This record gives sequence, C-alpha cells and structure tokens, in this order.
Amino acid sequence: MLRHATGALRRVAARRQASTLILADHDGANMTPSTLAALTAASKLNETSAVLVAGAPSTVAEQAAKAQGVEAVFHVDAPPSAKGIASFVEKGGYSHVFAPVSNNTKDFVPRIAAALGVSPVTDICEVLNEDTFVRPFYAGNALATVKTTQSVTVATVRATAFEKVSEEGGAAGVEAASIDAAVAPELPEKISESSGDSERPDLTAARVVVSGGRGMGSGENFAMLEQLADKLGGAVGASRAAVDAGMVPNELQVGQTGKVVAPELYIAVGISGAIQHLSGMKDSKTIVAINKDAEAPIFQVADYGLVADLFEAVPELDAKL
Amino acid sequence: MSLKRVLVGVKRVVDYAVRVRVAGDGSGVELANVKMSMNPFCEIACEEAIRLKEKGLCEEAVAVSIGPKQAQETLRSALAMGCDRAIHITTDARLDQGGLDPLAVAQLLQKIVEKEEPDLVLVGKQSIDGDHGTTAPMLAELLGWSQATFAASLNVDGGTAEVERETDAGTEVIKIQLPAVVSADLRLNAPRYPKLPNIMKAKKKPLEAIDAASLGVDLTPSIVVEGVAPPAARKAGVTVESVDDLVDKLKNEAAVL
Repeated sequence: MLRHATGALRRVAARRQASTLILADHDGANMTPSTLAALTAASKLNETSAVLVAGAPSTVAEQAAKAQGVEAVFHVDAPPSAKGIASFVEKGGYSHVFAPVSNNTKDFVPRIAAALGVSPVTDICEVLNEDTFVRPFYAGNALATVKTTQSVTVATVRATAFEKVSEEGGAAGVEAASIDAAVAPELPEKISESSGDSERPDLTAARVVVSGGRGMGSGENFAMLEQLADKLGGAVGASRAAVDAGMVPNELQVGQTGKVVAPELYIAVGISGAIQHLSGMKDSKTIVAINKDAEAPIFQVADYGLVADLFEAVPELDAKL
Repeated sequence: MSLKRVLVGVKRVVDYAVRVRVAGDGSGVELANVKMSMNPFCEIACEEAIRLKEKGLCEEAVAVSIGPKQAQETLRSALAMGCDRAIHITTDARLDQGGLDPLAVAQLLQKIVEKEEPDLVLVGKQSIDGDHGTTAPMLAELLGWSQATFAASLNVDGGTAEVERETDAGTEVIKIQLPAVVSADLRLNAPRYPKLPNIMKAKKKPLEAIDAASLGVDLTPSIVVEGVAPPAARKAGVTVESVDDLVDKLKNEAAVL
C-alpha cells in the first residue's frame, strides 16, 4: 500500500516537472492533423504543452493555439537553425520535445537532437512514463520498450498510435519567438516543388484507404480504386511494387519505407502482403483483401478476404455500395 | 571540378526477407543463424557513389561500416560493387537495439569524416533493423553541413548538388552546398550485382580496421532497451464467398460502411 502511494506521489511529482514542447508539423499553410496526435502523446506526461510553430505563417500558429491542451504557442516565420531551436529548448527548460513522424520532421528532428547532444527516440507508439516509451522496429515485427537516461527527451510520435486532440476548444496565446534563422550551408535553396494535387483526404489521416499493388497491372486501372475511394470518402494508397512499376506516384506508398496508416477500413487490392507493406497498414481497424492468389500472405492479416479476380470484384463492389 | 572523395556508410542488417523472431525471454530479436545482408538503402547509397566515380564526378569512393568483425563482409560487398577502399569501425555492440545510440553512430562517423575529409557523405535513409533513420541529419548537424534526406535523384555540379527529395506530398528539388550529407531513398537507383571477378578483386582492396573505443566517443548507451516483444497478433479473419457477402459483413459485422 505504502509502496503504491509512493509510486503515485512520484508520478505526481514527475507530472509537475515534465514540460513538453511540441514541434508543429505543417505544409507551410496548415498544421498537419498528426500534430494533434503528438499533443495526445504529450498529454500522457502533463496536461498541457507548449507548441513551437517554425517556418510557417501566423495562420498556422493560430491553428495550433485553438487545439486542446495547448498552453502557449511560440511562432517564428523563417525556418530556424537546429542550434537555434536547441537553445530555445534549453532556455525554456523543457524536459521533452515531441514531433509527429513525417518526412518533414524526420529531416529536422534528429538535427535538433544532435544540436542538443542527445539521441532521439523515434517513432514512439506508447508513452509508459516520462522516460520510458515503446517503439516498433524491424518493420513493426518487434516492439521495444526503451528507457532514456538523457537530460532532454527528443521523440518523434507515430501519429496513428494516438487519438488526436480536438482542434477546437483551446485558447492559448501566440507569442513571437526569437530564434536564429538557418543560414547557408545548413539551409538548402528550394528550386522547385511538385505535389500530387488530390481532392481526396490525406492518406495518413483518411478513414478509409483503398490500396493497389502489382496486381493492378497498370496506372490506368487505378481509376477503379480512385472511384471506389471517392465513394467511400477515402484515400488511395499503393504497395512498393505499384510505385516502382510507375503506376502511381511515390507519395502513395504505404509501408515500412512509405507512409504508416491505420484507417478504420483498409482495402488491399492485388497486394500480396510483403513484410514491408504490412508494416505500414497492419494497425488498421478492419482489413479487406481482394486477391486471386488464395495463398497470398495478405490473407493472414485480413479480417475479410475475397479470393477473386480484382477486375471483376472491384467494379462489382463499387456498384453495390 | 570533380569531387576528391565520397564517403559511403554501409550497415550489416538482418536480410530484408527474413521474418525476425523475438527471443522467448524478451531480451531482443534473435540474430543467431539468421541471414544477414547489406541494408538495402545502403546498397543504393553505395551504387550512387560508384556512379559518381564512373561519371568522372568523383575520384575516390570510401566505404565505412560500424559493427562486429562480420561487418567486413558488408564492406567487401561495397568494394566488390566498386568502392576503392574500406574503413571498419569495430565494436561488439548490437547495432539493431540498445547497443550504440544514434548519436554515438553519428559521432563515430564524424570522426571518420574529419580524418578523411570527403566532399560528400552518402548514407541510406534508414536501416531496416533499427528503423531510426537518424544518421544523415545527425551527422550533418555535428559537422555543420548541409543535408538532403530521402534523395530520389542527385546531380553533383562542382561545389553544389541538386537533389530531388521525396516529401509527404510529392517531391521537391533543392540545391545544397558541398560538403554535404545525402541520404538515399529507394528510388535513387537500382543497385548492381557484383560480378565474380569484382568479388575476387575486392579481396585485395585495402580495408582498415579502427577500434570504436579508440575514437574518443562516449559509447555508453543512454537509450536502454528494457524488453522486446512481438506485436499483438491480429485475430484470424474469414474468407468471404462473394462481393455481396463482403458488403454485408462490412455493413453489419464490422460496421465500417
């Protein structure tokens, strides 16, 4: 009993001490929904967190200020240097720095950790206490419980493993932060940018994902999946085989080296289910597999498997929804 | 102007096709009697370095690996692909879990970079065992260099490089100042298979071994693995007979439509 009480007291003390800075992820115009999941991960340690919005217009900072559990928002327009953010973290006395996993944050978060002289804990999917986390490795085939003994915990958060806090209801103030801007050689010069302008929901945040693999045969055939996705209000994904064959652009790739998704419904069409693909979708709530090969590994994780020719089954499914 | 030297980081990992097993006592992933290979992203980085040489854009490609004595096999593969020489940073620490921190890996590579003075460091975007993907940005920060992560194409031109990067929404092209650290994405190139004569020649190429403990880097792990567990198994699904059946199950049983 006493031991239990001491444990609880220690937890309360830890709660008071922990203060988390969330590095907001954004596309330059909007904060990503994944940032709301990072706020949930941080809420396991303390009730509120501060958010740093860097390299984005003030509209993104205003979005951050409205999110639940946000205590304060610090904003800086120009992309700051990693050293600048590191000294901001040190001055603010933060014990934790969290950011959601994205290609964007994978690019700069380790740099900030290096500037702080610590190792980042990447891709956490569970927060056990202020220094102990669970993270997947080996393409999600093993889960490691890791304890960090470092002065500051820098962690990236697997957004699909945490609920998102509400994007409304918070009323934090926005404060201008003074952080050194990045300068050459650190800061690259952007020459051009291309993005698949899609009307569909973002792949990582969609409620339904319809994915195609090598079995689709060609890029034109993906129109079938797009139509099905539109009907379900979902996004379209792909396996590496489909991307490598040039059927669809790279950013649609789901898997260990692509995006990790966990929608309510994942429909895998013509995908065999290699380890690397399963890694990116096996936490989906309901998985449907449509494949003509009854031996395909995808059927081992599918809740509902249909052994059929996709060119017949997909149009029929589309017609019956 | 061609680059004097490119340094390529390569890592020995469990082969990508192996289904890994977690030890019964939860201490970690079993590595005994498991097929090991060069990390696929490192192969791509290695291939890119060799292509730079073949295009006359670089004079020397040096492969570096941190790991146990078997990491020499990985370095020999890099030499067989076409690297000129290799540096082996020896350690008995596990490199998939708990052995060396991401920071220590970057710091060890930093020491080699300071010694070798390459114009470009190429690494894979992530290792498929640890799945951290932190080496490139951490090394770049320690060196104060530019970086380009998730490279899908690389064009070196004198003191700068244009790199097409994979982003969440598509791609972007950035121009970076050299020296820089670049991490290879899957679509940067298709690595070659070393031919037998090249495998034989690789045996004679220089391979220098340096004890990790001698490089002045604190190797004590600060991220300790307390336990490793397999992920929760999904409960077995059912095979449906028809599309009607599927629609019915999705509507009434799973309630996702």
